[in-house]
Amino acid sequence: MTPPTFAATALLVRVTLRRDRVRLAIWFAALLALPLAAVSAFESLYPTQASLDGYARTAANPAAIAIGGPGHGLHTLGGVIVFEVGGFIAIGIALCNVFLVGRNTRAEEELGRVELLRAAVVGRHAALAATLLVAAGFNAAVGGAVAVALGTQGLPWPGSVTFGAALTAIGLVFAAVTAVATQVADHARGAQAIAGAVFGAAYLARAAGDIGDGTLSWSSPVGWAQATRPFADERWWPLLLVSGLAAACVLGAFTLESHRDLGEGMTSRKPGPARASAGLTTRLGLVWRLQRSGIAGWAAGVLVAGGAMGAAADQTGDMLADNPDLLAALGGSAAEELTDVFFRMTALLLALAVSGYLVAAVLRGRGEERAGHVEPLLAGAVSRARWTSAQLAVPAVASAALLVLGGASAGAVYAVAAGDAAQLPRILGSAVAYLPAVWLFGGLAVALFGMAPRSAPVAWGALAVAAVASLLGPAFRFPAWAVDLSPFELTPQLPGGEVALTAPVVMLLLATALTVAGTAGFARRDLATTA
Amino acid sequence: MRGTGTTTTVDVAGLIKEFGRFRALDGLDLTVEPGEVHGFLGPNGAGKSTTIRVLLGLLRADGGRVSLFGGDPWHDAVTLHRRLAYVPGDVHLWPSLTGGEVIDVLAAARGGVDGRKRAALLERFELDPTKKARTYSKGNRQKVALVAALASDAELLVLDEPTSGLDPLMEAEFQECVTEVAAEGRTVLLSSHILAEVEALCDRVSIVRAGRTVQTGTLDDLRHLTRTTVDARTRHPATAIHDLPGVHNATLDTTTPDTGAGHHVRFDVDADHLDQAMRTLAEFGITALTSSPPSLEELFLRHYGSPNDGTHDHDTHDDDTATTGSIAVHTPDGAAAARHSREGAAR
Repeated sequence: MTPPTFAATALLVRVTLRRDRVRLAIWFAALLALPLAAVSAFESLYPTQASLDGYARTAANPAAIAIGGPGHGLHTLGGVIVFEVGGFIAIGIALCNVFLVGRNTRAEEELGRVELLRAAVVGRHAALAATLLVAAGFNAAVGGAVAVALGTQGLPWPGSVTFGAALTAIGLVFAAVTAVATQVADHARGAQAIAGAVFGAAYLARAAGDIGDGTLSWSSPVGWAQATRPFADERWWPLLLVSGLAAACVLGAFTLESHRDLGEGMTSRKPGPARASAGLTTRLGLVWRLQRSGIAGWAAGVLVAGGAMGAAADQTGDMLADNPDLLAALGGSAAEELTDVFFRMTALLLALAVSGYLVAAVLRGRGEERAGHVEPLLAGAVSRARWTSAQLAVPAVASAALLVLGGASAGAVYAVAAGDAAQLPRILGSAVAYLPAVWLFGGLAVALFGMAPRSAPVAWGALAVAAVASLLGPAFRFPAWAVDLSPFELTPQLPGGEVALTAPVVMLLLATALTVAGTAGFARRDLATTA
Repeated sequence: MRGTGTTTTVDVAGLIKEFGRFRALDGLDLTVEPGEVHGFLGPNGAGKSTTIRVLLGLLRADGGRVSLFGGDPWHDAVTLHRRLAYVPGDVHLWPSLTGGEVIDVLAAARGGVDGRKRAALLERFELDPTKKARTYSKGNRQKVALVAALASDAELLVLDEPTSGLDPLMEAEFQECVTEVAAEGRTVLLSSHILAEVEALCDRVSIVRAGRTVQTGTLDDLRHLTRTTVDARTRHPATAIHDLPGVHNATLDTTTPDTGAGHHVRFDVDADHLDQAMRTLAEFGITALTSSPPSLEELFLRHYGSPNDGTHDHDTHDDDTATTGSIAVHTPDGAAAARHSREGAAR
């Protein structure tokens, strides 16, 4: 017997599955493909125990630990795979859950669909319960599939199952965290931002802990999941912590929902200004106003993450002292070289994140269009070109600012820690060098928005491919030309690498051409209409 | 104010617009002269909003001729838009801005706002401009768009079902505003399916259906084309009425015992045949008579009652739609059912 507040949950599960079947299938395939590809890649890279032992001696540098985790069991193929791709899969499954829950709860409320449903024989908690059930099923499916895939590929079953369970646990906990965020936030976008920020903080906390003495890792649910140590003396009890947190969040979300009005958050609504400020009535002012809170969130994120990476880099020296093999592998100027490797990775990660911001910000124009917000402006004396240029100028500048902010934050913290002021411009430069590559992805998104709006999400696909090529390309034995085509690889690899201007200039020109083409395409096509 | 001389404000001929394989506009015609209030009537999906979006240069015409103030709405969008203000049928606002901010943003997008008018309109429509747009009801969102448009000095107002969601008091306020705009000699294109509103405000109307204009003219012209409904009682059953030319939907009650009130007869008659019908009716001895003037509603239903109007009589409607002033599109079956129920009621 279903309690009345959960009435029609089963129906909404079917509706949710129907709505999200393509999206979830793509996420599922991607999350499964990564470990599968890793097995064959690393099997051929490290075919013998000796080669695995060699990997274990040198692989665990701070940059890799920050991304991949503490690195348990690096003498085994399973341990290598968890270390190399486990972090990316964890990020993927967590973000997938944040989007899944946010999209099917508050976003649906904003669109008025939940009102329609709840007026029928549908319980107050049915929408959230159905979404969480779908999320739980999805996470279990991913975890199960990963476990079976690794196990059947010949990896030890206990490790495979533990790894799958850890992934499921991470997915569940961030579905639950998002469920709470959707009860608290003012609107759906805010809820996803809160949940995304919690995940970012959790990932960062465990990165700092893993590089340091490990204490901080215990403050993070991602750290708990990694503490199950797949392929290295598996232990299951940390999963109890993760499940407990997830259960507590779910209970909390339902409790909050019992006290929440439909469509409202927990914050009170104060009246705002009766007149627009002079700035708001300009095209740029409006775009800035609509995007500033998102930009502020990203700025805080890159500031904290950059600073954390800068602080972590200072530990490189200690790590080298503990690891004579790594020192030997790197040769004479090892400490310096390793720090540069670390900051090259930092700059790449920053560039990937900022590219993600820029693609999302450009595609938001499509969202504005479909939401009917563009129609009244274009019905005024605003040309399509003017609308587009304002809509793009803000994210273009913001993306540059984010690179500067992240690079400066990492550089400043490291310069202070290492007592070497010259590090700041080096590290800042390494981040800024990625601007042409970042803008190239922005240009691609603009071109799609203008000329093939229905295919606009393809920009995400391109970014994902480039990210995989840069992060995992060498390990996955991508053909060198394919890796070299990635805009991130065409960028001068600073600090330490050579500064070549041809590729950045070509990328800038290409980004400009794509932007112009997209703007012209938008001026020529029908506006998407809402009714 | 107008300064356009005699240039036709809106001149659309043979307009075609396709979305994929679906032909939304199929040779639509629309002419709006300077200074007139033009009603643009049609059921949901007839192509009213699509026509307006083509007129605003938001959609590109696939065929036919479109001119706005004598210019090309696609190529000269920005110049032309300085002279018009638009209220969309479905008002979507930026949820994080207040209503007052949205009004100013929209007004700035077309070139500024008259502060005094803005304040007066906020008062007339009883709109609180300090609330965030996401908290507004549908009616209040509509008011935001109305205030932004009406506070302008635009020589053309393009209003796409502007009163959907407004309460009757606000609807009356809106009608007054449009009357004032018309008195200033400005032009209004009013898309609607609220016939009372159109009858109250419009000089001329165009009726569209399935992407085509089926009727256009002044209200008087159109009334002439419509039918008068006659409801009478006669001493003798008015049997001959049924066979008269121009008489439709005649229902005759011959079974009622003669209580002195007479036999009930009810029929619709074309304007051209009203005289003959009344003469014939008089021969049966009229004891009671009501005639309903032809309403726009009736005209409307006649055009929408059936997909092949003119060949069949489907010009009936149920009384619910008549009293609310909204329209319903009747399928042939629905029309038959409605007629059936009325015949039943008459007995």
